[in-house]
Amino acid sequence: MVNTKSIPHVWKMRNLAPYFFIGPFFLLFLVFGVFPLGFSIFLSLHQWDPSAGLSAMRWVGLENYQYALTDPWFQRSLYNTLWFALVSGLPQHLVALPLAYFIHTQVKRGRNLVIGAYFVPYITSSVAIALIFSTLLSKDYGVVNALLAELTRMPLLGTLVPSEPVDWLGNAATTKPAVAFVVFWRYLGWNVVLYMSALQVIDKDLYEAATLDGAKRWQQFVHITVPLLRPMMFFAVTLTIIGNLQLFEEPFILVDVEKGVAQSVMTTAIFMYRLAFSDSDFGTASAVSWLLFAVIAVLTWVNSKLFGQAANNGGQYGAR
Amino acid sequence: MLTKKMKLLAWALGACMAAASVHAEKIVLTVATFPDLDRAAKGAVAAWSKQYPQVELKIISLQYADHHTAMTTALATGSGLPDVMALDLRFIGRFAGSGGLEDLSKPPYNGLALKSQFVAYTFAQATSPSGALVAIPTDIGPGTLLYRKDILDKSGVTEADLTRDWASYLAAGKKIKAATGAYLLADAADLRDIAMRSGLKDGEGIYFDKAGKVLVDSPRFVQAFELGLAARKAGLDAKATAWTNEWSAGFKQNRIATQMMGAWLTGHLKNWLAPATEGLWRSAPLPGGLHASYGGSFYAIPAKASHKAAAWDFIRFMTTNKEVQLNSLKVLDSFPALLAAHQDPMMDEPLEFLGGQKARQLWRDTAAKVPAIAVNKYDAMATDVIRDEFEKVLTENKDVKQALADARALIERRARR
Repeated sequence: MVNTKSIPHVWKMRNLAPYFFIGPFFLLFLVFGVFPLGFSIFLSLHQWDPSAGLSAMRWVGLENYQYALTDPWFQRSLYNTLWFALVSGLPQHLVALPLAYFIHTQVKRGRNLVIGAYFVPYITSSVAIALIFSTLLSKDYGVVNALLAELTRMPLLGTLVPSEPVDWLGNAATTKPAVAFVVFWRYLGWNVVLYMSALQVIDKDLYEAATLDGAKRWQQFVHITVPLLRPMMFFAVTLTIIGNLQLFEEPFILVDVEKGVAQSVMTTAIFMYRLAFSDSDFGTASAVSWLLFAVIAVLTWVNSKLFGQAANNGGQYGAR
Repeated sequence: MLTKKMKLLAWALGACMAAASVHAEKIVLTVATFPDLDRAAKGAVAAWSKQYPQVELKIISLQYADHHTAMTTALATGSGLPDVMALDLRFIGRFAGSGGLEDLSKPPYNGLALKSQFVAYTFAQATSPSGALVAIPTDIGPGTLLYRKDILDKSGVTEADLTRDWASYLAAGKKIKAATGAYLLADAADLRDIAMRSGLKDGEGIYFDKAGKVLVDSPRFVQAFELGLAARKAGLDAKATAWTNEWSAGFKQNRIATQMMGAWLTGHLKNWLAPATEGLWRSAPLPGGLHASYGGSFYAIPAKASHKAAAWDFIRFMTTNKEVQLNSLKVLDSFPALLAAHQDPMMDEPLEFLGGQKARQLWRDTAAKVPAIAVNKYDAMATDVIRDEFEKVLTENKDVKQALADARALIERRARR
């Protein structure tokens, strides 16, 4: 009887407590997640030069979208972005998958060290990467060109190598491949780790059974490993699509915006950045970001059609 | 031990409180700036606090790009604005038309009264299309042709050969290449960039005229593109974009014979680009009788600043005080915008890095002759477009006329809003 009043009070507190605990997350999510998202939609329907203050917003409806879609630089940036997505994205998986399989089956001692070595580029600061690669790829003083110059002295091989030093990051013909290589190098380790983790859960009995049936290593790889890795492939390819379509850092830091050739590696994300922070056109920049989102959504959907169905079927058995 | 600590703490607390009470009536004036310009403000702190003991300076310095992005954001939201905003010339045009900065031509500032004290063209740069004076200049970059005397001597080329006209400049470049293997200039774009300013007169813009008409297919642009292309075709440029590793290595390794830039480049060469080449460089006027300026720094007051009167005091202190201006020249080699500073004996000092040449006299004369070019909000965008089209002319053999027509179409498209 004594506690009748306090019991409901305690219960009330108990019921409320979780909300207090989870509150900070929702607060941060609202401020830094939901609000910017909503505001950028709002912004994409306005013309706004931010240095004139918030009151300078002018409603223009869908004009920003129409403007962006018909803009030659936007079209070129979209082409560049898709080019990077394909040229740096595809090899990531074509190399990472066999590499992961090789490490998984052949490397026993020091495996973690090997995986670590491949993973290091992923966690290296992009500024350090830019410094190293712009030095390596320098036209007159770079190691890459020094190596090529050595190769020209060799018989046979020498004829295949350009005799002039290549201006890797200064010539529109080579900037794209050079940047694509850096992106490939940086994210290869990440994909290797993803595939390794998937390989480790494949049932060993399957391989034993296949060996008993006389299947060779290669056959085991093609008929057991690859099908069972499809769920992970779907996941990894999805991440690559999203990451590569939002590509910004690598081309931005490797090829100075002040250079004439900067256009050749201008991705949509860079174009968006330049619209906002160089041309002060935040409305169109927001519209471009939503157009980019649409492209990512469509490609992810296509990817799920290609990989997703089969991935679900493949995942039914084999994995523990 | 504990009591000792406590005592110390109490003492420190007391000291803090005492300091706070002393500063209670003090105004804290926030100055947002960027390197190396921040060194001018920091160098003036001692003199400032002597003259204005009640106003404490708080100097916030961010990297060049970060600073201007932060200022854009601050103007957009109206929060986090400093009292005094340092601005580079490149951003003046963009901020001028926005209305976020005080019009310093109006009372209580009446900044136009100061106009006669400054190098003529700077006030045009600081004036918005609607006629508002948004900033006061502090340093300028008179354009000069820096050249390597030793390389010229080896090639039998004289300074007059370089500066007579553009054709003579390129011909000299061929001689230099043949005799020493050195490139005439770092980047063909440097040549294009300066040549497209040929014949500009007071009140005209580089890319836009007063009515906002795009000028990029005018003859001076055609000539500039053709000159740049000729330099590239003759192999006279090192294809090294300014501020890259190749560029600075080119200077260090004596592979670049001339560089057209603001006079302030001398300081950069001396301090970090190529200190070992001291005494080998000379400064000459730009070829073809051209007078141009490269960059420049300004101070502005945001419309929502909290201490406008003190901010105005500070700006005048930094820009119209001869001693402060000369000190900036001393500590960061920035050329003063204040005319009074141009009459100081410091202008006649021989510069060791330029082999004892009294180059500041030359730069002073150049500054007086630079036309007052009107700025436009879209100048930076137009620069990007021109740079891109020029690259196509150089590397994709795009026709010059076609490139400029495309540039015009794109700039018109961008500038419509």
